[in-house]
Amino acid sequence: MTAATLEKTPTATADTAAHTKRRRSGIALGVIAWLVGILFVLPVVWMFLTSFHSENDAATNPPSVFAPLTLDGYANFFGGGASPWPPLLNSITASVLSTVLVLILAIPAAYALSIKPVRKWTDTLFFFLSTKMLPVVAGLLPVYLIAQGIGMLDNIWLLIILYTSMNLPIAVWMMRSFLAEVPGEILEAASMDGCTLPRTLRTIVMPIVLPGIAATSLICFIFSWNELLFARVLTATVAQTAPVFLTSFVTSQGLFLAKVCAAAVVVSLPVLIAGFAAQDKLVQGLSLGAVK
Amino acid sequence: MTTTAERPVGTPANTALQRTGQWARRAPLLPALIFMIIVTQLPFVGTLVISFMNWNAYYPDERGFAGFDNFVRVLTDINTRNAILTTILLTASVVIISLVLGMLIALLLDRAFLGRGIVRTMMITPFLVVPVAAALLWKHALFNPEYGLLNGVLTWIFGANAPQPDWITAAPLTSVIIALVWQWTPFMMLILLAGLQGKPLDVIEAAQIDGCNNWQVFRHMTFPHLRQYLELGGLLGSIYIVQNFDAVFTITSGGLGTANLPYTIYQTFYNAQDYGRASAAGVVTVIGTIIIATFALRTVSSLFREEGAR
Repeated sequence: MTAATLEKTPTATADTAAHTKRRRSGIALGVIAWLVGILFVLPVVWMFLTSFHSENDAATNPPSVFAPLTLDGYANFFGGGASPWPPLLNSITASVLSTVLVLILAIPAAYALSIKPVRKWTDTLFFFLSTKMLPVVAGLLPVYLIAQGIGMLDNIWLLIILYTSMNLPIAVWMMRSFLAEVPGEILEAASMDGCTLPRTLRTIVMPIVLPGIAATSLICFIFSWNELLFARVLTATVAQTAPVFLTSFVTSQGLFLAKVCAAAVVVSLPVLIAGFAAQDKLVQGLSLGAVK
Repeated sequence: MTTTAERPVGTPANTALQRTGQWARRAPLLPALIFMIIVTQLPFVGTLVISFMNWNAYYPDERGFAGFDNFVRVLTDINTRNAILTTILLTASVVIISLVLGMLIALLLDRAFLGRGIVRTMMITPFLVVPVAAALLWKHALFNPEYGLLNGVLTWIFGANAPQPDWITAAPLTSVIIALVWQWTPFMMLILLAGLQGKPLDVIEAAQIDGCNNWQVFRHMTFPHLRQYLELGGLLGSIYIVQNFDAVFTITSGGLGTANLPYTIYQTFYNAQDYGRASAAGVVTVIGTIIIATFALRTVSSLFREEGAR
């Protein structure tokens, strides 16, 4: 490049001009990216801001952005009317326990689909995926009737089982892609050296797969936490989850915008934290491990 | 072991061993497989059976076999047909708009610029708001005609005489679509950004040196490379948005022509207690899904084979 520029000075100036032009358009594109990002995050920022406003300041037109901050919205949410704590605890129970169950079932299954694959393992893998494609709503009624028959309606264990079935395919796909990264030669070498299976799993497989387990857990947690349809139909007062509790805000009730925003913030906070923590693994999880 | 003596040809002991080996391999898979069959497949059999029954929980005495009556009622019912159309329209528009937006934003974020990580984090945020909470946010804090942010901004710009549309009433389905696009664009963007970051840089650099302009590079190199990621995003997005219940339930409560199939089935079963008809609608939905899923699965499996071949 330098040799060429030394020989022909006119091209050099053209080069610099092109370079400046490219840099300028680069800056412009960067600014556009920032504007788009701000546009997308704005509703969430607005939700946080409104949750810290008083009800009167929250319901003005034009909006009062710089109104004094207060915790009244949160006080109303936690103190006024039905307490959100039982639904929040139910959501935590359902999400955590179903995630544990998913891992217990998915890890051995993924092992049998990757490290020591069974015959027709791709068919099995696609069976798991196909269960995700069948609409949940089409199986809801029999589940409701069976639950009613055995007295499991409004029981958190019913949700735990259903959330496990909802997330198991995702977890199997994700865990399979993580386990597939374990190099086969190392496992062979270990077994030749007389390493027992539990020891191989503990010392070789686990360290490689642990980040994958963490990512899988977070994805399963988020999906269980967000679920509405099952919880809405199958629970009432006892096993109600946080999203079901939120549906009580569907119809307007006078001045309640700050309270709604506070509720939305409280219920979304665990997912926001989990999601930001797993940002790097989020893509891999959402694409069922197909995208690394 | 005695069988070995009886059969001179072949190695039965070996086959027996192989069989035991196969079962040992299968064993870790079985709990998950059995669990899935019981919890997800058996209910569908139940739905299939009930779809042929005359069963309304309000009239328990009239329960009985109905033949194809429920299906005839479902397929001739204007509400169901509208629900099918709404489902297709809702799913297609949300998936296509968020794919296009997601791709444009992914292209923007694929370049180095100041604060790229922060912009990426800002972009992901909508996807991490609990769906019901997001729907409430749009319904009350943004779309509300009196104190929503959208009309508030209009007042800022145009003053006291600003137009103050009632967004949800004026354009109910579009409102739902906007809220869903806001949540799903980050999802598409993430998958496509991951795809972009795996594109063959050396080839693109060579093309640029050879004098290809940006559009040519995009058209002939980046886009073909992105295709499989677009397909994957489209497939996963469709799976989730076809089943959307939260946004329809929260923003419009299924009113004003926004009731999609999941919402309609929910209502037939939960409010009208018409079990037979709800099940027939469920079976119709499943058949529709299977048709679409067959194509979709083919797409994923090709992606998957490529990954395996690598």
